[in-house]
Amino acid sequence: MDLYRAHVLVCGGTGCTSSGSAQLIERFEQQLQEKGLEKEVKVIRTGCFGLCEAGPVVIVYPEGTFYSRVKVEDVDEIVSEHLLKGRKVQHLVYVDHATKESSIQKSLDEIGFYKLQKRVALRNCGVIDPENIDEYIAFDGYKALAKALTEMTREQVIQEIIDSGLRGRGGGGFPTGMKWKFGYNSPADQKYIACNADEGDPGAFMDRSLLEGDPHAIIEAMAIGGYAIGASEGYVYVRAEYPIAVRRLQVAIDQAKEYGLLGKNIFGTDFSFDMHIRLGAGAFVCGEETALMNSIEGKRGEPRPRPPFPAVKGLFGKPTVLNNVETYANIPQIILNGASWFKSMGAEKSPGTKVFALGGKINNTGLVEVPMGTPLRTVIYDIGGGIPNGKKLKAVQTGGPSGGCIPADKLDISIEYDTLIEIGSMMGSGGMIVMDEDNCMVDIARFFLDFTVDESCGKCTPCRVGTRRMLEILERIVEGKGEEGDIEKLETLANNIKATALCGLGQTAPNPVLSTLKYFRDEYEAHIKEKRCPAHHCQALLNYVISDKCRGCTLCAKVCPAEAISGAVRQQHVIDTTKCLKCGACIEKCRFGAISKQ
Amino acid sequence: MAEMREKYLALDEAIARYKGTPGALMPVLQEAQNIFGYVPEDVQKIIADGLGTTLAEVYGVATFYAQFSLEPKGEYVVGVCLGTACYVKGSQKVLDRLAEELDVPVGKTTADGKFTLNATRCLGACGLAPVMMINEEVYGRLVPDDIPGIIAKYR
Repeated sequence: MDLYRAHVLVCGGTGCTSSGSAQLIERFEQQLQEKGLEKEVKVIRTGCFGLCEAGPVVIVYPEGTFYSRVKVEDVDEIVSEHLLKGRKVQHLVYVDHATKESSIQKSLDEIGFYKLQKRVALRNCGVIDPENIDEYIAFDGYKALAKALTEMTREQVIQEIIDSGLRGRGGGGFPTGMKWKFGYNSPADQKYIACNADEGDPGAFMDRSLLEGDPHAIIEAMAIGGYAIGASEGYVYVRAEYPIAVRRLQVAIDQAKEYGLLGKNIFGTDFSFDMHIRLGAGAFVCGEETALMNSIEGKRGEPRPRPPFPAVKGLFGKPTVLNNVETYANIPQIILNGASWFKSMGAEKSPGTKVFALGGKINNTGLVEVPMGTPLRTVIYDIGGGIPNGKKLKAVQTGGPSGGCIPADKLDISIEYDTLIEIGSMMGSGGMIVMDEDNCMVDIARFFLDFTVDESCGKCTPCRVGTRRMLEILERIVEGKGEEGDIEKLETLANNIKATALCGLGQTAPNPVLSTLKYFRDEYEAHIKEKRCPAHHCQALLNYVISDKCRGCTLCAKVCPAEAISGAVRQQHVIDTTKCLKCGACIEKCRFGAISKQ
Repeated sequence: MAEMREKYLALDEAIARYKGTPGALMPVLQEAQNIFGYVPEDVQKIIADGLGTTLAEVYGVATFYAQFSLEPKGEYVVGVCLGTACYVKGSQKVLDRLAEELDVPVGKTTADGKFTLNATRCLGACGLAPVMMINEEVYGRLVPDDIPGIIAKYR
């Protein structure tokens, strides 16, 4: 093996790839060659580092220098200064949002964003080259599979997972070990183990990052699961919208086959296991387990009634165990380090860690992994760096279209499956969208219903028709046409849909409405009774006005497409609200901050 | 049309490759979508015959999933992410601006066949919100005023 004196890690996750990290790698390699350093410094494309906000991200080891928002033009400087002369490039080093402190003297885990994190599922993401099986093996990869196959019985593997208390990370929180036991107990000539990588919750991208950053961990875990339940074949159902994840997973499967870690008689035992990838085709409902199985079978992705549960009769009518990507990412670690190690992290009823995708109105957008039971406030302020532009936090949305909004005064809640359900939200797959005072909660509810109406598969009436009726009411309210009694109608519909829809998508579809009604009822009432949007968001309920800050520069009058603005030069202008289209063009152009929405 | 002939040959090849594998219809439809850019009725018919199923079955699956299109798409498919993270950061305004700039309603293709404008589901690039994709190219941290400049590159 070649030895290098320095390693340049460039993030190849989707976020950083989108902001040009592939060009960075090219430039690094070219520059290193030019300076004759190609035998001394190695450039590695890794998975996601998590801090997408700072992307594209480059880390130089052995120092662990964290460069953020690196541009192609900056590469030459990093090579000639840092790698050639050993001087860190000060102005490119990551600066902490909250403390305004440069990270130049710090190692990665001393930076505010990483300090409070505990990376178990994400442990290899941003550390290894995901397309190189040797790097995974060097980090104890496939050791857990070897241990399971050669030192443990199938029953012992299942018991270890049960004892760990691991719960499904896709959102439901069902004990994984129990699921495996059901699969084990179902007699059949053929069983399947499957991975749900149809990450459809808007705002959640941890499964994508795991597949992109550490695909071998998923393969290893599925092989362990296959051994435990007695399945010789595995299916990964992954969104077609994730091309990088699909490609890296395929590369990883091919490498594992080449190394004999997939295929016949793995580690010389009589256990054989093979894997297939199936692509989704843009249907949110396929994240539901029975719909997903229909889709793999090449049918419309409509859910099936349960029971029979998939562990008894699943894919192609055979017993099938389906787990989420993040759930699998924990499995090899549990087998290697034991159930009690896993239980020592997190909360009593929710052991381990959870990955969250922080997004929306927050300074440090990106992926974070924290022990369960961490207070929400810690995630938002200490790790997330708080709300940008001095705005006030209004709510945190978790659980996607099935979840709810947690208001600012509940921020001290500890993050666990059960505590989140108690306050009317849910864990979901881990999307965490932060909203500030400018976001209208009625409009957010409308946004989610719009999503579920569009994604409803149409099989059962409560979901197909009921959610549409709810959406119509919400649309009326945000357009200023809400009527007395609308809130009550929404509540009745919501409760009926919850009680009668066929699958999880329908049963949870009313949650965004119910939780916003619970905590932000006053906003609904303001829309309906006073025809006012307290967040100044809903266009139909706003009037644009010009204050005395106006210098009469006439710029606004010139851009107004409706000629609704009048006034003489150097005189305060006036907006004719009957003509105003509320397009906002004037606000964008005003240099004096004189125009506001009221 | 030699080019069309090649496409049909590629379709036949895809059908032959997947015939017999369980759940073959989805991957074959995905290949067809890639080959033709959409899945017209005659292609559905060929798939149905090739896999030994009915046109109704193929049509049912093709219309269920958003990825399959029954109409041809534009040369450039512009997808604006309306996932939650992008939405709260103003992607609706980006989408509105695109509709205005391209003079085409969301979900439709411009008259010259150049652009198709779509509102898409979460693209998983929430760190860069609001985000849009033009074919494979991703544009992040957008404001409506970025749109004319970006679109000009593709005109």
